[in-house]
Amino acid sequence: MSTHTDSHSHGGPKIYTANLFALLFLTVLTIAAASFNFGSANVVIALAIASVKATLVALFFMHLVWDKPVNAIIAIAGFLFLGIFLMFDFLDVTSRVNFLPRNMPNMENATPAPDSMNPLKTAPPRPLEPAPAAPEEHK
Amino acid sequence: MEQQFDTSKLGMWLFIVTEILLFGGLFVGFGLMQHQYPREFIEAHEHLKQVIGGQLFPLYGSVNTIVLLISSWTMVMGVNAAQTSQQKKTVRYLVLTILLACVFLVIKYVEYSHKFHDGLLPGIFYAHQNEDLIKGTHGYATFFAFYFMMTGLHGIHVIVGIVLLSWLAVRANRGDFNKEYYTPVDLVGLYWHVVDMIWIYLFPLYYLIS
Repeated sequence: MSTHTDSHSHGGPKIYTANLFALLFLTVLTIAAASFNFGSANVVIALAIASVKATLVALFFMHLVWDKPVNAIIAIAGFLFLGIFLMFDFLDVTSRVNFLPRNMPNMENATPAPDSMNPLKTAPPRPLEPAPAAPEEHK
Repeated sequence: MEQQFDTSKLGMWLFIVTEILLFGGLFVGFGLMQHQYPREFIEAHEHLKQVIGGQLFPLYGSVNTIVLLISSWTMVMGVNAAQTSQQKKTVRYLVLTILLACVFLVIKYVEYSHKFHDGLLPGIFYAHQNEDLIKGTHGYATFFAFYFMMTGLHGIHVIVGIVLLSWLAVRANRGDFNKEYYTPVDLVGLYWHVVDMIWIYLFPLYYLIS
């Protein structure tokens, strides 16, 4: 390959040193940002800065900028699947509703279910069996 | 040689993806548990900070972040020296990287000893007695289970990195690497940057979240 020597001599100490200073600056920035209270935006800011830092490391220290694209595609695929993983967990956690006595809808004026739908009146009570260890309630 | 180099690198990137997913799973678990025990996680994370001038500051975590970033720089400089057949420089940068990795582990050791001493231990070993933590919740033990699991796994990666870097330093000193063949330096370099990258995410999530 004619570009052999060229394709590996990109980068160079100057770029690496500049990258290091950028990373150190972002570290100071994220520590400073954490000392202010932005509410729930704090997490977003911290993770955004971390992602910028990780991108800088991947692009320059790991040579992805100058590399064959296939390596970058693999790396992006990894993060993509991690993103899918995170997204579905996030959807799950944020869409759960635990019905507890304090947030139950008001049932006083509700129509009672017919006896045919009441298992206590249709089926004989089941014999007692040792209760399995109940999972803990966290809310 | 060119093809061999590209193939090795491709394999290394595939390994890196498995590393991302390994730690990604742990990060997702951490996120779920933080959702479960928001108050306990915030209180527990205060124990990762130290009192500096009357204020809580994540001293160990910040210093370790800087140490690892600088070690990433010495690593990439070492790779660059190997690529340009500068043997002495390669060895020097590799040794510097090893030293910085050791500094990281020493700070980690000090940090862990404080946690052990205070009984801030994972899961059933949790034995912290202070009144500042509410009782009857698994939140703190869960937080420290994740803390030790993730920083510990990261620490194991650092130790593996030190072993690999020492092997590289010996080989570089022997004159094995030049601009025609430097694949091992390049690949260990990639590994070392992944270790750094994982810490870049660990640091804000454990030490800065409030």
